[in-house]
Amino acid sequence: MAQVILFNVTNGLIIGAFYVLMALGLSLILNLSNVINFAHGNFLALGGYLAFTLSPVLGYWGALLVSPVLTALIGLVVERLMVRRIYNRDPVYSLLLTFGLAFVMQDMARYIWGPNGLPLGLPDALSQPITPDLFFITWYRVFMVAVVIVSVVGLFTFLRYTRVGLRIRAGTFDLETVSTLGINVRNLRTFNFAVGCMLAGLSGVLAAGQIGLNPNMGDDLLMPSFIAIIVGGVGSLIGTLFGGLLIGMAAALTTVVYPSASEAVIYAILMAVLLLRPRGLVGEEGMMS
Amino acid sequence: MTTAIVAGKESETASDKALAAAGFAGRRRILLLVAIWAALATVPFWLPLLGGYTALAGRVLVFGLAAMGLNMLLGFTGVLSFGHAAYFGLGAYGAGLTLRYLVHSTPLAMLAGTLLGGLAGTLFGLLIVRRRGVYFAMCTIAFGQLWYYLAYSWNSFTGGFDGLRDFHREPIGWGAFTLDIESNGTTFYFFLLAVFAIAVALMGFLLRSPFGRTLLAIRENERRARFLGVPVEQHIWLSFSISCFFTALAGTLYALLNNFADPLALHYSLSGYFVVMTVIGGMRTFWGPLLGAAVFVVLQDYISSMTVNWMSFIGAIFILVVLFFPRGLLGTRRYAAK
Repeated sequence: MAQVILFNVTNGLIIGAFYVLMALGLSLILNLSNVINFAHGNFLALGGYLAFTLSPVLGYWGALLVSPVLTALIGLVVERLMVRRIYNRDPVYSLLLTFGLAFVMQDMARYIWGPNGLPLGLPDALSQPITPDLFFITWYRVFMVAVVIVSVVGLFTFLRYTRVGLRIRAGTFDLETVSTLGINVRNLRTFNFAVGCMLAGLSGVLAAGQIGLNPNMGDDLLMPSFIAIIVGGVGSLIGTLFGGLLIGMAAALTTVVYPSASEAVIYAILMAVLLLRPRGLVGEEGMMS
Repeated sequence: MTTAIVAGKESETASDKALAAAGFAGRRRILLLVAIWAALATVPFWLPLLGGYTALAGRVLVFGLAAMGLNMLLGFTGVLSFGHAAYFGLGAYGAGLTLRYLVHSTPLAMLAGTLLGGLAGTLFGLLIVRRRGVYFAMCTIAFGQLWYYLAYSWNSFTGGFDGLRDFHREPIGWGAFTLDIESNGTTFYFFLLAVFAIAVALMGFLLRSPFGRTLLAIRENERRARFLGVPVEQHIWLSFSISCFFTALAGTLYALLNNFADPLALHYSLSGYFVVMTVIGGMRTFWGPLLGAAVFVVLQDYISSMTVNWMSFIGAIFILVVLFFPRGLLGTRRYAAK
């Protein structure tokens, strides 16, 4: 029993870590640009597939570093060509645009890499269990959590201590003033979008090593990420962080008791938060309206 | 702040224009109405000549009604729901489950489905009525997916991923006055049209009432409406609720049309289809969503029969509409004049 619980706790941590990476990217874009990126799960898949294509050339470690950056570059192009045109319009257009984009990207992934699942090979060192007793915890699982922790800390440090990070945080509260202060808001938003996509790409590479690749691998992560953002509180990245961990853990621990309710518990948390604390666990008053 | 000022300037003439564009005034309106109803009433005669089939027109009516229901919220109240498939699907499942487990009666199934979807929307509306813009949309999406997962995982009751089967629409009426909508497709089409007509008439009546005008006022300038003493939240909640009832009614018709309800009727993709139908037709016009539904349903039917990469084409339609055709078919003229 102790092993079952431990297994599910590590599972919850890993699932939560994916929700966090995914939701942080979504949240960055949502906070600064007021755009819900439906295609975020497809940027995740893109990151994974790029790693699949690159790893024979660059090896696993090279692919792990390069494919998130490539994903970010593709995100940058997408933002320049399409997303930026709808910033000042009714939110309905941003939703429709990224929704359509998600369809196109998913179909393109299927067209290029095929509809069937593909494996992403891992270095031998990572696929070993950490001890014979804890055979279900491979080094890869530890590695994933470590990478997520490093990138989350990196992201928060970046937002806290760099000039660009400061501008992004300021823009979240009042973009108009930031713009009046002579800062190029257009470039800021493009950069911010690219950073969001990079996080998605990174989660894609990590996820590919665990569950393999398929064209709609990001879809299952998209909805929990939305919920993580709402639960944590829109406008707060710290909230998104806790929201993601909370629902990942809750889903995994429910699996111990009653497996078929693991999805339902996420929605139960969503409803409870909307009912009891509408601004979210860490959210600021008024950010949601 | 700027948006509020701009909206204020617009709103001096906007309500007149909106009403005109909504097809509420003038000779054009009568011509438009005659054309629409004449076209709809003669579908079984002219559609086969064009290579279509009557069930396709039925689908246009069903999706058109759902999109018009959504548009009451989206176009006439200015509130964005991206989760209306939930209420559509609840309508479909409500009707299907009633026919399968409770009674073999089409009207009762429709009533049950409409109530199920409508009441779910009404209750959920209470929770999110203070949200605006994308945050409102995000809550509607997330809540909508709840029902998708429920239908998907409650295998024994809903049929799970394979959908709910083993029910079919029943003839309506008694004895000699029976309307055979069960096996006769054309009769069923006219039944759909009759339900559609009643629902649309009710919707038009609601939108022309003082309540409907107040919704327009909220859309044009929420702050001003609030200063005038309009209980804004209450109106948005009512609008959301009513719109869910209409969409749920469309959902029951969908279950009757296919004799089938599947989890995809609850999926947020379908919500996206409803929104794009509305935008293609023109989201600030009354009839736009129906036209958009016709365009979308026909395109989708054609594309998915032509290529396996239909998703790319559908996605491209979304993107092209947003970038190059945001006003929609019926909205173009009005915006061009401005």
